[in-house]
Amino acid sequence: MTMAAATPGDATGRAGVPVLEMRNITKRFPGVVANNKVNFDVRAGEVHTLFGENGAGKSTLMRVVYGLYHPDEGEIRLNGQRVSISSPSSAIHHGIGMIHQHFMLVDTLTVAENVALGTRSTRGPLTGLDTVAARIVELSERYGLKVDPQALIWQLSVGERQRVEIIKALYRDVELLILDEPTAVLTPTEVGDLFTVLRQMASDGRGLVFISHKVHEVLDLSDRITVLRNGHIVGTLARAEATRERLVEMMVGHQVAAEEHPPRGVVGAPRLVVKDLHVMSDRATDAVRGVSFEVSSGELVGIAGVAGNGQRELAEAIAGLRPPVRGSIRLNDREMAGHGPAAIRSAGLGYVPEERMRDGVVGDFSVAENLLLVDYGSSAYSQLGFLRRGAIRRHCQELVADFNVKTPNLETPARSLSGGNIQKLIMARELSAQPQVLLVAQPTRGIDVSASLYIHQRLVAQRDSGTATIIISEDLDEVMTISDRILVMYEGTIIGSADPRTATREEIGMLMAGVRPSAGQPAAAAPPTSAANPPSTAQPPAPQPPAAPPGGGA
Amino acid sequence: MNQFFTVDVLTTTIASGIALATPFLLAALGETIGQRSGVINLGVDGIMLLGAFSTYYVELQTGNLLLAILAGTATGTLMGVITAFVSVTLKAEQGISGIGVYLFGLGFSSLLFQKLVGTPLPISTLPPVGIPGLDSIPLIGGMFFNQSLLVYLAFLLVPVATFVLNRTTYGLKIKAVGENPAAADSLGVSVALIRWSTVLIGCTFAGLAGAALLMYGGIFQINLTQSEGFIAVALVYFGAWRPVGVMFGSLLYGLVGVVILTWKSLGIIPLSASDLAATAPAVITVLALLFLARRFRQPAVLGRPYEREG
Repeated sequence: MTMAAATPGDATGRAGVPVLEMRNITKRFPGVVANNKVNFDVRAGEVHTLFGENGAGKSTLMRVVYGLYHPDEGEIRLNGQRVSISSPSSAIHHGIGMIHQHFMLVDTLTVAENVALGTRSTRGPLTGLDTVAARIVELSERYGLKVDPQALIWQLSVGERQRVEIIKALYRDVELLILDEPTAVLTPTEVGDLFTVLRQMASDGRGLVFISHKVHEVLDLSDRITVLRNGHIVGTLARAEATRERLVEMMVGHQVAAEEHPPRGVVGAPRLVVKDLHVMSDRATDAVRGVSFEVSSGELVGIAGVAGNGQRELAEAIAGLRPPVRGSIRLNDREMAGHGPAAIRSAGLGYVPEERMRDGVVGDFSVAENLLLVDYGSSAYSQLGFLRRGAIRRHCQELVADFNVKTPNLETPARSLSGGNIQKLIMARELSAQPQVLLVAQPTRGIDVSASLYIHQRLVAQRDSGTATIIISEDLDEVMTISDRILVMYEGTIIGSADPRTATREEIGMLMAGVRPSAGQPAAAAPPTSAANPPSTAQPPAPQPPAAPPGGGA
Repeated sequence: MNQFFTVDVLTTTIASGIALATPFLLAALGETIGQRSGVINLGVDGIMLLGAFSTYYVELQTGNLLLAILAGTATGTLMGVITAFVSVTLKAEQGISGIGVYLFGLGFSSLLFQKLVGTPLPISTLPPVGIPGLDSIPLIGGMFFNQSLLVYLAFLLVPVATFVLNRTTYGLKIKAVGENPAAADSLGVSVALIRWSTVLIGCTFAGLAGAALLMYGGIFQINLTQSEGFIAVALVYFGAWRPVGVMFGSLLYGLVGVVILTWKSLGIIPLSASDLAATAPAVITVLALLFLARRFRQPAVLGRPYEREG
């Protein structure tokens, strides 16, 4: 590439030299200042973490560096030179690489083609893929990133795709690499492998920016940590100065007591009994293959797993949004498999969907209208088809107050609330129906710490009131903190269960990666008795990537 | 029926089937390149009409065939500028804007024809050119190697398009932009630039297809294409977005069309059923499409304008 400066490899002598300096960067969007006079720098050879809650301005700041946004004020220097980065191609030209939250890979192309895309070919207008492939093999050997250059992206597992993203950056020989929450879809083991490679890249003399909101990962990887809150820099700490408590306090703005595991509740009769459930995905593959479990009154069960292992389809099948292929779903001793959402709701299910903006609220409807989406027909709120506005208003005011939903008023459209408040609004609606079974998918994804704590408390309180409660979450910490029992999903089956009071992160992480503790072998080698379970990671031709492709499918 | 199975009739049928397939092939190849980059252009038929009229008018005025064909092709490019501006730059709904381009082409070519020409006169067309050595092969020579230069050009473009799509960096960018424009954008590939270029190529081919259609018949009339540009769009699906597949689709369509014409003139198909028979190529193509095209996936973002996420 065009960087004039030393190429990584002979650059270890440059360690400590600032690669990137950002001074007084301000970026405004209509109604918000996303970055307010932010100073940030990255030195050669270090991993500098940007830490903060969703919406704190971390991604915005790095999108400025990558040329996706143009700052309203401030200056950017690369290797001491003041630069203007007008587009991703100018960022690439300057030796900057970025790994985005969602993979930026073309599913139908090969690894080599994805790596070559946008680079200058050694053979003029021709792709020269054999030279590209040779270079990929070289890089993958040097960094321990095993990947086949000829494989098509859709055949790869999520972990392998992440490796392709890293190879793309290495191939371009970036001097500065930005990683925007790169661990979201990885198992704990894969995260460990990723961090090893990142450390190696830093020791080559590259500068790395790691964007994250997961404290333990930040403490594992970083040399320095800068905390952002509401678009401002709160402070920068060296790794040695940073502790979990201090970082969280800086992120949130006040002290946060560590979340304690709640005591067990009083467990009663089984409320939800799922037996040998099979569900298809949108791409007509078997997403859920023979899942059986039961949840009793007064119990909070957490379903853990890496994204794309059938959790979404399982949730939608239980909620009646996706008809199961076969199997049984019994709710309060009534068979509900194949029934629609209305019947399932009236049988006693409350459901908080994963995509809360898409499936949980009607964005343009007001807070009050969203609270009433389920109950509008009940005689308390309507008579002969006319809405009883007074009763509705009182009911909604109670709910908003009870669930601490921060909204200017009841007429505010739901889409203008923050993620945390939208989630509280949905919880208020679902819990007001006093469900006997409550299913919450990704209860706190993208939600700030205070709202998350509050939502956890409400879930535990609901359990204590006798509701059989299920959370499906990709956040292992969350599942371990509030569940009474953990079920781990892997490739459409429940590969194992664990007691969060005794199990370690590593043990559950192994299950999430498909490794059963007893055998110490991938689950695929010893298929569970409940279902045929072809090992899709071990068989590239199996047309079933574990995750939906980026950018949606056909 | 026996009259049909003579060597002469068969040779003529296949030869003119190939000639009839040529405009479809050109239009569908162009549309393939556009669709691989994610842009669907439903205005092909209108552009073919304008291309055919420009060719016709320049030929009438100058008598220069080469100049006429270039004029038709350039008209296609010009329409490409409009199409790309609306579909790529303004990010319009492509299904609707394409219908707009079609209606404009239909109306404007009819208007120009009535104002500038009025009474249709036949023009001279491209003469068949035998390929030395090959055209004298019995049977095959007469079928394949005694065609006009435009026919050779169209079939030559099939391997060229395949090569560009599969072996060049430009082709890689086209496919990436049609499958995951955000990924291409993140690697510094300009989605707008690539799509502008593919739309310009596609519309240029459509203009040339109009010229080829005119060369087949030798005379212009209002709605000369009879919506055959839409068939070209269907042929892209038929050919599963691959130039070779598109070529076979065009040949199937052309051959069935000519066989029907021949059978009509030989009286094998009664006059009363001739209108019905005229729909056969379309019906056969659509049926084949139903059975074949399902197995292939279309470009992931076909018809969707690209907006960088904020």
